[in-house]
Amino acid sequence: MAGRKRWMNLLMQSVFLGPTLLFFIVIVVIPFFLGMYYSFTDWNGVAVTVNWVGVRNFAAMFGDSKFWASFGFTVRFTLAVVILTNVIGLMLALLLVNPLKMRNLLRTLFFIPNVIGGLLLGFIWQFIFIRGFAAVGKATGIGFFNLEWLGTEATGFWGIVIVFVWQAAGYMMIIYIAGLINVDRSLLEAADIDGAGYGQKLRFITFPLIMPAVTVCLFLSMSHAFKMFDLNLSLTHGGPFGSTESLALNIYTEAFTNSNYGLGTAKALLFFVIVAAVSSLQVWFTKRMEVQS
Amino acid sequence: METSRNYSWRTLVLEILAGLLALLFLVPFYFVIVNSLKKFADILKNSASLPKEATFDNFTRAWTILDFPRAFTNSLVITILANVFLALFCSMAAYRLVRFPSRFNNIVFMIFVAAMVIPFQSIMIPLVRVAANLNLTGNLPGLIICYLGFGASLTIFLFHGFVKSVPYEIEEAGIVDGCSPFSVFFRIVLPLLKPMVVTVFILNTLWIWNDFLLPLLIVGGNPNLRTIPLATNSFFSQYTKQWDLALAGLLMGITPIIIFFLALQKHIIAGIAAGAVKG
Repeated sequence: MAGRKRWMNLLMQSVFLGPTLLFFIVIVVIPFFLGMYYSFTDWNGVAVTVNWVGVRNFAAMFGDSKFWASFGFTVRFTLAVVILTNVIGLMLALLLVNPLKMRNLLRTLFFIPNVIGGLLLGFIWQFIFIRGFAAVGKATGIGFFNLEWLGTEATGFWGIVIVFVWQAAGYMMIIYIAGLINVDRSLLEAADIDGAGYGQKLRFITFPLIMPAVTVCLFLSMSHAFKMFDLNLSLTHGGPFGSTESLALNIYTEAFTNSNYGLGTAKALLFFVIVAAVSSLQVWFTKRMEVQS
Repeated sequence: METSRNYSWRTLVLEILAGLLALLFLVPFYFVIVNSLKKFADILKNSASLPKEATFDNFTRAWTILDFPRAFTNSLVITILANVFLALFCSMAAYRLVRFPSRFNNIVFMIFVAAMVIPFQSIMIPLVRVAANLNLTGNLPGLIICYLGFGASLTIFLFHGFVKSVPYEIEEAGIVDGCSPFSVFFRIVLPLLKPMVVTVFILNTLWIWNDFLLPLLIVGGNPNLRTIPLATNSFFSQYTKQWDLALAGLLMGITPIIIFFLALQKHIIAGIAAGAVKG
């Protein structure tokens, strides 16, 4: 009887957990550890034998000025995008929690860009920047539209920022709205009686109470921006002159275009460490917030 | 936040402001739609105007060059199959992990959760080799298996939280009535997981349908297996700056997922809010 029970247990374990665990190990776990190994080798993606080269790849990585340029770009980009996405997302949320007649329609409209993939969005915006902005500039004479969009370092940078913010603001808006709806109305009414203005209510009641949503949005946008690839590839392809190359694109190019798989995995390892550190920080931060509120 | 229930003048002003903002926000779609209906010379002459005479020529040509029916079918098959298997296998795994919290299973769950922080780009390089050795490259089943691996973490995490809220007493009643462990899951628990199945289905669809890099690495070499993003990418690099064709192709490419979104918008927006609060 005990043997039968154990056999049943083993059967349940393998049927219920087996398939997912198998796929997960083959697709995620093995490549993850293999990547660590490859980062210490001279693997070029083709050769059958790979040679151990110690920390040579890491030395090469630290001396690779293009890599650090893309690192710098990614940090600056993330900073700009996190601020703009959240400010605009929160403003849209504050606007659309008012009892407007078209409220649900407008929420839907602002969310639409999120369902389109970054690759197609980048191609669409190439047209907007190159032809659309030019047409608007010609019609209105506003200098902003007559800049050489995507053609210079600055317009390339801000071009990607604009598209990213345009896409992600609606997403943040949804999360902020969910937070705002939960704000206790009696607190706001009490503040009204005390004669508080709109700004004071925002600062002293609404913002403190939606801090959990703020944390979620800050880190969501940070993690998306830091890992940006598709939009980067289709909108500027890192150009002009590699000035808008993100870390993810740099890793991809190193491995699959330059065939330096060993160096690519070394960069990928550093990339993982940074993302993991930021994500752990997020969990720690969120936990701390929850204790306070 | 709704300080007044009555529709006041202030609300009307806000309504108009919000409406104008939304129009401004959607201007890019206007550009895409009107120009996809123009001849190339008319696009160059004035990109902002409405088409003088609408031509659907661009669409018929882009349809053929993109091989749109094939790309659409590939995307659809991959998205549906990966979704079905992800929801099935991960709900089963999460159920097992919750109901049988052995030390091994607890560690397995922790690994699944921890793996959520691994960015795709940090394992894609060795993945290509592993997948090639297992004959997972160059075919759709291989790509679907990759999605089952990458999607496991988040999907199990979402189901895990939900299974915990299912009262065990319901299952006990089933066992007393003589259900086997399998029918307890498939007849009693799985139907109760339906709300989470919907959320999982939405999140995974938006991810898989729009995914570009994984399909590029796994099936990118075979033109017959192209998904919509892959087909669009190669189409665009071939017909770069040929905006008449490109815009028609892009519009066709984004239409299916926008229809999907508009059809399920209530669920999607609720799912995003719920997923974010948990994630």
